Order: sequence, then C-alpha cells, then structure tokens
Amino acid sequence: MPLPADTDTSSPRYLRDKYAIVGVGETTYTRGSGMTTRGLGTWALRNAIADAGLEASDIDGMLSYQSGDSTFSPFIAGDLGIRLNFYMDVFGGGSSTEALVGMAMGVIEAGMCKTVVIFRAMNGFSQVRIGGTGARSAVPVAGEMLHNRAYGWQSAGQLFSLTFMRHMHDYGTTPAQVAGVRSAHSMHASNNPKAYYKQRVTVEDVLASRVICKPLHLLDCCVETDNATAIIITSADRAKDGRHPRVLIRAVAGRVCKPRIDMHYQHGPISTVAGKYAREILWPNAGVGPEDVDATGSYDAFTFTTMLQLEDYGFCKKGEGGQYVSDGTIRLGGRRPNNTSGGHLCEGYTHGMNMVIENVRQLRHDVDDSCPAGPDGKRKHTYDYKEGGCRQVKRCEVTANLGWAMPGTGSAMVMRRD
Amino acid sequence: MPIRADYLGMSLSLDDLDVENLAYFKHCAQHNFRLQQCEDCKLLRYPPTTACPWCMAAKAKWTPVEGKGAVHSYTEVHHAIQPAFKAHTPYMVLLVDLDTQKGKPSSEEALRVVGNLASPDGKLAPPEMVKRVGIGTRVRMVFADLAPGLALPQWTIDEAATQPEKPWRYPQE
Repeated sequence: MPLPADTDTSSPRYLRDKYAIVGVGETTYTRGSGMTTRGLGTWALRNAIADAGLEASDIDGMLSYQSGDSTFSPFIAGDLGIRLNFYMDVFGGGSSTEALVGMAMGVIEAGMCKTVVIFRAMNGFSQVRIGGTGARSAVPVAGEMLHNRAYGWQSAGQLFSLTFMRHMHDYGTTPAQVAGVRSAHSMHASNNPKAYYKQRVTVEDVLASRVICKPLHLLDCCVETDNATAIIITSADRAKDGRHPRVLIRAVAGRVCKPRIDMHYQHGPISTVAGKYAREILWPNAGVGPEDVDATGSYDAFTFTTMLQLEDYGFCKKGEGGQYVSDGTIRLGGRRPNNTSGGHLCEGYTHGMNMVIENVRQLRHDVDDSCPAGPDGKRKHTYDYKEGGCRQVKRCEVTANLGWAMPGTGSAMVMRRD
Repeated sequence: MPIRADYLGMSLSLDDLDVENLAYFKHCAQHNFRLQQCEDCKLLRYPPTTACPWCMAAKAKWTPVEGKGAVHSYTEVHHAIQPAFKAHTPYMVLLVDLDTQKGKPSSEEALRVVGNLASPDGKLAPPEMVKRVGIGTRVRMVFADLAPGLALPQWTIDEAATQPEKPWRYPQE
C-alpha cells in the first residue's frame, strides 16, 4: 500500500528514511554445516557484500550478536580483509537484529564509520542447541537460574508457555487457530528453494504432532539449523549508488521491555507482550500504522509468538490474534502475508535476521523464488502462489519486522521501498 | 565455600557472593518462606533482587510470607530437556499468584512464584495429580530439601482449601 498522502517523507525526525539496507546475504540453511561459525560468517558476508555491489574496502563497521555460541567480528573482518573503524559483538538472540540496525544508524550518524554490516553466525543444530540440550544443559545451575532451570523450566518453549497458556485462558484462543501460523509459513516455505522444511502442512498436521510442553506441539516449534546471515546498512545518500531499488528504514525500536524485566511475569497481564510498549515508539516514528503495512516479518520461534506480536503491535484487536492468524490474512495472497520465506518455523533459524532479509527482497520486488527470469535478467513474478511457485507480495511498499527475545522484550523495524 | 547440591542430574550451586539467594534459600531450607520487604515502601518482592523495583531503596528485611495462592498460569512438560527430568514427565511448572500483596501496587501485579507441582514431600507430582491442576487451582507451598542451606520451594494442591469447580486446563485433551 502506498504511504498516506500526509506522510512527510523528507522529515529528518528520528532519522526517518535517512538510512537504508543495501545488501543482504546468507549461507544455506542446513543441519550439519561442516564448518565453524567463522566459516559461516564469512560466507554470509561475502554474499551480502556481493549483493550490495560493494567491495570489502567499502565496509568499515561491523556488529554481531550471539549468546556464547559464535565467532567475533575481528575474525570475520580479518578473513575478508576488512579494516574496521567500528565494531561491537553484543550478547543476545532474538530481538537483536532490529536493535542493532538502530545502533548502526547511530554510529554512522555520529561519524564513527560509514557502512556497517550486521551478522549472525550459528551452528544451531551441530554445536550449541538453542533448545537447551547438549552443552547448554550441562552448565551448573547458579544465581538467577536457581529460580528457573532448577524447575525444569529452561528452554524457550518452556519459559514462554506460561504466556501462551494465559492468552488461551484470557481470550479463548484455540490450538487450531494458532496452528494456522505453521500452515501459512509452510505454504510460503514451499515456494522458497532455500527453506529447510519445504513441505506444506495443515492445521490438522500441527495438532496431531506430539506435545512438547503444553500448549506447544512439535510443529508449533521452529527448526534448529546451522547458518549465517548478514545485512549491510549505510546512509540513504550513499545507497543511491546501489544495485537495487533502495530499501529505506522508517523506524526502529530496539529491545523494548515490559516492567520487571528481570522476571516479567511479576507484571501482568502476562498474556500481553512487549510489543504493547514497542508500538508506541515504532508507529509514531515510522509515520505509518499497521494498516499501511503490506507484509510482516514476525519472530516465529513458535506459532504463538507470531500471534502475540501481530496482536500487540496492533494488526488486530487485543485478544483477536487467534482469528487474525487463521483467517487467511497472513498467507500469501492474503491482505498482509507474514514471514513469506517460511521464517524460523520452516526456512531456518538465525535469531530474527532471515525475516529482515526476506522483507528487503520483498521491497525490492525481487524475492528469490522459482519464477523465471525475463530478458532483463530479473525475475518475472507470476503471483501464482501454488506449491513451488511465486512468493512475491504484490505491490509491496511497506513492511514491518517484529523481533522477539521473550514475552517481555521485543524489537521492531519498519522499512519502505523508495 | 559455595553450597552445592545434585538435583535431578543438575549441579546446583549457591555462590558465596550471592547474598540475596543465600538468604532466600536458607529460609527455604528452614521451611520458612521469606521474601525481601523494602524498608522504605514496605512492598514485598520476588524473586530476590538487589534493590526495590518500586522505589530503588537498597535496604530490605526478609519477612515471612504465607505460602498460599492460586495458579495464574502453567505449562505441562512432556518432552523434557534435562535428562533426569525425562523420568518425571509430564511435569508441571506453575506460576502462582500469592494471596499476599495480590493486586498491589497496581491491579496487574502480584507476587508470582514459580515452582513445580509436587507431592507434599516436595517430589515432582505423579501424573494423576497433574491432571487435577489448572489455572485457578489453590495450592500451598512445600519444600524439596536438597542440601543444608538449600531447599527449593514447590507447590502442592491445597487439599484444605475450597477449589474452583473446574480449573482451566489446556483445551485439547
């Protein structure tokens, strides 16, 4: 949808439209990468730099995030011959991507560097499992962990399920409604040659899969994969020389928290997530609202996280998330498709960045589906969303990414096509 | 010397410098549940913190709190992560609103204390007990004794309390 007529796109407010994502890249999404996170990281960066039409010498800033499971910027920069004027490797998982985009804008604005690459590299299947098995399970339980791990309350699914259950209790949300998220994302993944899980599944498939921890079935949970992803941020002016239509950053909200974030369940309603607070920053700064968004990218660690975020960012009324994710709206061909790559549930898991990459490609009108290339070498999208077909959203002008660390912490970003 | 315990295959450790948790679990080991009460604003808080989340005051007094409340939410784990928990599936993680200070300082706040559903002896509850519990179930605190100075607070059904006719449980059962 085009921006509202009264939107002042030249406004310097909040750096709106002053920065752009000019390059995106990833490795394959796999289980068994056969290489280090350093190897994965350089692979993704090389792809992102090539996608942007840049050279190593054009990059002088680097940001990454990890949770004790990955390489660091100096190794990636060294391997690729990048001399840095700025770098930082921060602790974190989901909700980091959008927050670091904001940091990249800030350090460029401060004159500290000119072009920043953000990466996430992880052997999430072969080495450190996010689900908490293997190495993570062997850590001594001390300090704050005495109040969670000691109770067998450790994995993301176990920790978040108290929110999910309470939402069902408070609003009558049903397992079948929420399973609609997996069904939609699997439809999208079937049109994404990169996706780890390409098979379409139904709501019934989700409900018939075994219970992990109530209310989560196996197919309500995302995949653990080995992969790396990278995105490149620079000023909108510098982006004019890019290879692609410019994808401008309207607004970011980074790691916005509910009260008592040390133990957010102390402050209710626990069926409400941090998006309730983040949206108060996101939409005014972006100068658009949920109704202006053509495609969303939600953090689908679980089917429920997508439902909760879409609801609390205002894409539907509070309590109606179950209806929203099951009525066709979020499917390709619907009013506002979500996670058109298949997301974490199906494409692969890189802590939020692959959904940002997907939306950049959507805004370029050039997602990497199986549509044939025309005489100019660009894909001719058919908008036929049959299995194995197109996944480009028609007239995609504005997207929103909704990042998630946990029910109490969220990040978000609005982008638009120039 | 840190206090150590092996519990369900996990190595638990209470560090010398972790004075807040040392005090919390010491009281639990005495089966005397206490929370920090701010010396300025008088509000209780959970879990242990190093200052008052409402008024920032540093000083607090460990104050006895009645271990009774109602289940606010729960999960029932069927696929355990830690190996030793696998023998106890399905087990429940309960989030319990204490009766004490419920709805204060704002209507959405409560002292919400985590624990497993347990038998009165503090051991993880058997499956037939798991089936009886849902949102609204009245529970009372019991303790799992792990080491001198370290016991975990747990929850068991409060058989003496008036229970809701039908506690809310996950609908697909």
